[in-house]
This record gives sequence, structure tokens and C-alpha cells, in this order.
Amino acid sequence: MRDDTTVTPMIRLTRVSYDIGITKILTDVSLDLAPGKPTLLLGPNGSGKTTLLKLLMGLLTPTSGAISNTRDLRKAFVFQKPVMLKRSVAANIAFALSATKRDASQATISSLLRRVGLEHLHDRPARKLSGGEQQRLAIARALALNPMLLLLDEPTASLDPTATKAIEDIITSAANDGVKIIMATHDLGEARRLAGDIIFLARGRLGEHTPSPNFFTRPSTPDAQHFLAGDLII
Amino acid sequence: MRAPFLDFASAIQLLINGDATLGAIVKLSLLVTLSATALAALIGMPLGALVALTRFKGRSAVIVILNGLMGLPPVVVGLLVFLTLSRSGPLGTLGLLFTPTAMVAAQAILITPIIAALSRQVIEDLWTEYEPEFAALHIGTRQRITALLWDSRFSLITILLAGFGRAAAEVGAVMIVGGNIDGFTRVMTTSIALETSKGNLPLALSLGMILIAIIMIVNALAWSVRQWAERHAG
Ligand SMILES: Nc1ncnc2c1ncn2[C@@H]1O[C@H](COP(=O)(O)OP(=O)(O)O)[C@@H](O)[C@H]1O
Ligand SMILES: [Mg+2]
Repeated sequence: MRDDTTVTPMIRLTRVSYDIGITKILTDVSLDLAPGKPTLLLGPNGSGKTTLLKLLMGLLTPTSGAISNTRDLRKAFVFQKPVMLKRSVAANIAFALSATKRDASQATISSLLRRVGLEHLHDRPARKLSGGEQQRLAIARALALNPMLLLLDEPTASLDPTATKAIEDIITSAANDGVKIIMATHDLGEARRLAGDIIFLARGRLGEHTPSPNFFTRPSTPDAQHFLAGDLII
Repeated sequence: MRAPFLDFASAIQLLINGDATLGAIVKLSLLVTLSATALAALIGMPLGALVALTRFKGRSAVIVILNGLMGLPPVVVGLLVFLTLSRSGPLGTLGLLFTPTAMVAAQAILITPIIAALSRQVIEDLWTEYEPEFAALHIGTRQRITALLWDSRFSLITILLAGFGRAAAEVGAVMIVGGNIDGFTRVMTTSIALETSKGNLPLALSLGMILIAIIMIVNALAWSVRQWAERHAG
């Protein structure tokens, strides 16, 4: 159990369930998410990570249960396969800025691109970027919203180690700047490197929510033990 | 019967000498088809965008009908416009039958569904692709529509060129509503039909070559637009 008396949660989930028709995708998830180090969302494929992130973002509405935010919580989301507008790299950032009250000057755009190491690709058509570069551009676009909470869905899946490292560095520096990160991954090494705390999902249920070292040294549920041992959970 | 070779030679002679009748026919053809394309674009593109971006009862039926109308037989369009504009028809008092205006109307009716249906498809496909990002970036309705139209612009230009090509090559409708009157409503396609039947093959052939050249140019334009878009917008 986390100590919730000292840190007020940014988001609280109370018995949140999400169904599609009669299929239960998430069941009875209760969570408090507090500011601080990144929260990593672990679980096998199909365990409900993406669904939980979309619920947190408000892109989906719970079938039952409640999600409450602190007031005026600015949230941003990076999809696992982000879609670039058919425009230049800079124009993609400008588009994200245009929906905010921030100024969309070249200086703002350049500083966002610098944060993700893409300033040299300023005028390149966004869809011509590599997978890793597109993922970084998507993060820059999300950061354009000046979020307090940044939700990322497996941003390093299908990237090589160099591209993965670049993304992890960006995430770490955003976290150091005070952005709360909630990130799904199925990569245990990545979770070890980044996480302050771990949420473990299995079959649409919350397995554990615990500080990162605890999860890796003393997983409390059999599902988590199997997952850490690399066994399949069905 | 003369050798076809001689007809070709005379046809080329006509082209080189810049025959005045020929010039007038080409000019009228371009004027009629350009006007029809502009009119069809003015109606078809907003209609396509509207169907793509709104949800209403009977929408699927509208899409099926629009798609079906793409294959309208030109002679039937000609017949319907003829009936409408003929002296006893609903618009008979306008006295437009056998004028270039009637020909513009017929060609416009022929290609409006093509432009509307293809625009709808292009805009809707892009919307499906962009929608999740729009939601995550909190993009408002006005801005969504602007972005979709803007980012579809190259495809929309290609659609216009396709409409122009179809209208330019069409003979049945303009023959019926224009009447192929010498010096007044005679265009390339109707002249080719007439001159061929009269045995004036050099004139028919030279018009045929010009028509093919125009279609080639239009297709080359469409191709260049796609190339340019591919390189600059992705
Ligand atoms: N729109 C949908 N329709 C049907 N099933 C879905 C839909 N979205 C997700 N699911 C199912 O819900 C489960 C959880 O999906 P997801 O949240 O994407 O898991 P994860 O991101 O952990 O792989 C999966 O079994 C998936 O097939
Ligand atoms: Mg997922």
C-alpha cells in the first residue's frame, strides 16, 4: 500500500470497470496516482494497459466506477502507433499548439523540438521520419499541451536499443521537469530503469500497485511472479 | 478509301498550320469542360466533405447513391438535361437547349457525383486516421475540418483532374444537349464523331490527337501533384 496521506493523488480510480458488450476488458480497478516519479504499467498483451490509459485520458468512459482528477489537470496522450499529420515536423507541433493558449511562435516550436532532439528535422515531412523519430515527434506534440500528466502507450515497442534509449531519456527529463508520467510497457528492463512505482495488470484486473523495487524483489501475486519469470499468463 | 497514312499526314499538316476551325473547336471544348469542372467542384467538394464529416439518418444510402452515380451513362444525362431544357420541359423557357451553357450543365451533372463521392472517400479516410489524435490533442470542430480539408488538398486536386478528364472525353451528353452546331456548340468529341462519319478523317484525327494530348497533360499534372505531395507533405 502506498502512503496516500502525504501526497494527494492527481487521479483516483474507484472500482472502475470497462466492458465492450458482454466482454469485460477491465474489472474493478481502484487506484491512486500521485505526482512523482514515473508510474509504469506492466502486464502481458491484452491485459488492459491501453484501455486503462485511454480511460485515464478520458478517451473512454468507464462502464461503471469513477475516475476523479484534481482540478484543471492538463493531460496528454501518446498512442502506441501515433499518426503524424501530412505536414512538416514543425507544422505538426504548430498544430498541437494551436489548440492551446500557448503562443505558437517559431521559438516555442524549436524549443519543443529541441527537447526531443528533432530540431534538425524541423522542415522534414513528418511521415518520412523513422519509427523512433515519429515517436519522439508525438511526444513533442504531447508536450506542446504543457501537460501535468503525460500518458504513453508502449512508446518503445518495436524500436531498436538506440531509439529506445533516446525515448527513455526524453521521458526521464520530462519527469525531472515535473511532468507526471504514466507509461505502459511490456519490457521489464525498461520498467526497472524508469519506474517509481509499478501497476501490474493481468486479465483486466489490478494485480499490484507497488513501489518499483518491491515489485521486482517481492511480487505478491502469482500472476506477477509468473510474469517476472517470463511465463505466459493466459 | 485512301491510305490511313495519308490521313495522318494531312492531320499533322492541319495541326502544324493551325487551322482556324480546329482552333475554335478546341477553345470551346476547353471552355465548356473547364466551366463544368469548376461548377462540379463547387457543388461536389462541399457535398463530399459534408457527407464525410457529418452523421445523419440515411447517410449510408446517400453514400451508396453517390457512388452509384459515378457510373452515370453520359447519354442518359444528356437525355435528362435535354428533357429539362426542351421547350416543354421545366426549364424550357430559359431557351438554353443547344447552347454551350446546356453542355456545361450536362458535363457538370455527369462529374459532380464523381467529385463528391471521391472527395467523401478521401476526407473520410483521413478523418478515420486523424480522429484519435484530434481527440487526444483536444482539437475543436472548426480546426478539425480545416485540417482535414487542408491535408486532403493534393488528393482533392487529383480528383478534380480526374473529373476534368472524364468530362473532356465525354461525347453522348454534349451531342444531345449541344446539338453539335457548327461554330457554336461543336466540341472536339462531337466533331470527331461527325467528321469520321462524313469521311473527313484528317480533321477527326487531328482533333483526336489534341484530345489525347490534353488527357495526357492532365494525367501528367495529376502525377506531378502526387509526386510533389509525396515529397513535401508525406
Ligand atoms: N474495441 C475493442 N473491441 C473488442 N475488444 C477489445 C477492444 N479494445 C480492446 N479489446 C480487448 O481488450 C483486451 C485488452 O486490450 P488492451 O487494453 O489493448 O490491452 P493491452 O494494451 O494490455 O495489450 C484485449 O483482449 C483486447 O482484445
Ligand atoms: Mg496496448
